[in-house]
Amino acid sequence: MNAPVPSPNLYDCRDAFAATLERLAAEDETIVAVCNDSVGSSKLGGFKGKFPERLVNVGIAEQNMIGVAAGLANGGRLPYVCAAAPFLTGRSLEQVKADISYSNANVKLVGISSGMAYGELGPTHHSIEDFAWMRVLPNLPVIAPCDRIETAAAVEWAASYAGPCFLRLSRVGVPDLLPEGHRFELGKANRLREGSDVTLIANGTLTHRMMKAAEILAERGIHARVLNLATVRPIDENAIIAAANETGAIVTAEEHSVFGGLGSAVAEVVVDHAPVPMKRLGVPGIFAPTGSAEFLLDEFGMAPSAIADAAQQLISRKKA
Amino acid sequence: MEIGELERMAREIRLRDLQAVYEAGAGHIGGEMSVIDILTALYFRVLRLWPDEPKNPARDRFVLSKGHTACALYVTLAKRGFIPEEEISTFLKPHSRLNGHPNCNKVPGVETNTGPLGHGLPVAVGMAKAAQLSGADYHTYVVTGDGEMQEGSNWEAIMAAAQFKLTNLTLIIDHNRFQQGASLSDTNEIAPLRPKLEAFGWEVTEIDGNNMSEVVAALEFRGNSPHCIVAHTNKGHGISFMQDRVDWHHKVPNKEQYEIAVAELSEA
Repeated sequence: MNAPVPSPNLYDCRDAFAATLERLAAEDETIVAVCNDSVGSSKLGGFKGKFPERLVNVGIAEQNMIGVAAGLANGGRLPYVCAAAPFLTGRSLEQVKADISYSNANVKLVGISSGMAYGELGPTHHSIEDFAWMRVLPNLPVIAPCDRIETAAAVEWAASYAGPCFLRLSRVGVPDLLPEGHRFELGKANRLREGSDVTLIANGTLTHRMMKAAEILAERGIHARVLNLATVRPIDENAIIAAANETGAIVTAEEHSVFGGLGSAVAEVVVDHAPVPMKRLGVPGIFAPTGSAEFLLDEFGMAPSAIADAAQQLISRKKA
Repeated sequence: MEIGELERMAREIRLRDLQAVYEAGAGHIGGEMSVIDILTALYFRVLRLWPDEPKNPARDRFVLSKGHTACALYVTLAKRGFIPEEEISTFLKPHSRLNGHPNCNKVPGVETNTGPLGHGLPVAVGMAKAAQLSGADYHTYVVTGDGEMQEGSNWEAIMAAAQFKLTNLTLIIDHNRFQQGASLSDTNEIAPLRPKLEAFGWEVTEIDGNNMSEVVAALEFRGNSPHCIVAHTNKGHGISFMQDRVDWHHKVPNKEQYEIAVAELSEA
């Protein structure tokens, strides 16, 4: 499938991923890219041209791909596994558990085209379960950058982090949200907009929709805080507790099932530490109908205006 | 070690393994007895290793993919000096680092966590590939069970090893002809293994996997392709009443059986 052509101010985060990986690989000869016949979809063409012997393509064999990556790490290589997120996580979940997470192998798992990026290709190709599957595994930070700047920063951070992680990338165009030169900090939310009436929390392709929703709310006289929560695990408890205490209501939105993902992770913190009304937006536990990623996000109530409406309704439930 | 010494060591490992399983009241004794000659040859003759430097980058890699026979590995590691021999008595006890399947973050000498079947060979392919990329001259060995070869992930790895021309990789299949519930032939027969591996581009040696001379010679073989040793073994090898009996996959001997087994292994 061809990727949607982003408009001039929207960027495919895969480009930032690929450029950063190539730059890091030029500096560190231990870096290898591991893939499952996914050179094109992972944008590894440039890497392959520069470091052909360091592209370990196992073919269409995801279980082996993860095991091989664990073995490469054992042998002193620094593997970035680059594959479509639904297959990387779903097909090889037990390998991720035993070979990567439980063995604590220094492997960077990069799930490309996550969420509903493969929209029209249907639910087999949607990766809307991966937060749930990955975030229950110990030793495995789960990260969904919101733009090309955060993507580059997270890819660079991963190289210096001594342990495995899961980076969840999309192919759907998103605008720049974080400032140039932003450095990724594991488990640290970014407050993108100040506000005291409600907090909107998202990551990945939803953060910019939250920013638009906040603008709509501002026109209605409602001041929404926006948190970009790229790290789903370990989660920024302090930022969530502060949001609950200071704004009294939280809306989450994610390109994922409402079960087990970002919203669930936020709700766990809220329930334990600072119960306030919440609304979790996402895919409501069904297989999505046919449509593009953008269409489906709108379909499931995550158009900016719909998010704003949900926030407004939630505010009415706040305790006086 | 010479062959005679290796045979004596294998007998000691069998006796200690038997005692550990008897005392713990659990274990996988049948598959442990079948694989112990291979483990002994690896750890006391073939592997380049440093027990006091278990992470030395130049070490040969060994993966026990049939992780349920961990007790045999623990005893071997203890005899070789990786962990204290007294620690074997903690096998399966609360908070012991010696649980039913090996943990690389707790037990020195263990390279990767195994237990679910079909995991070790893909990881071993990665280890061998890493050496090919870096120019390291270590060799990678992996032992799978024969029933385990029913896992599709192994065949993904077998294809990749041939594609990558991993001449620094040796797969030993502990071919004892039994899996947990029945014989392979009554379950999902994968024998004969040799033509399958050869068709996938591997060089194959078939041996008596409970004959130390044959085991050592096969492990020391180097060819121009990934190498598979089909080791014909006996489940429960060395203990007459366990031998080739499927119920001894994970049965535990009672006191009387334990004493007979000790006597048989001691006489051997």
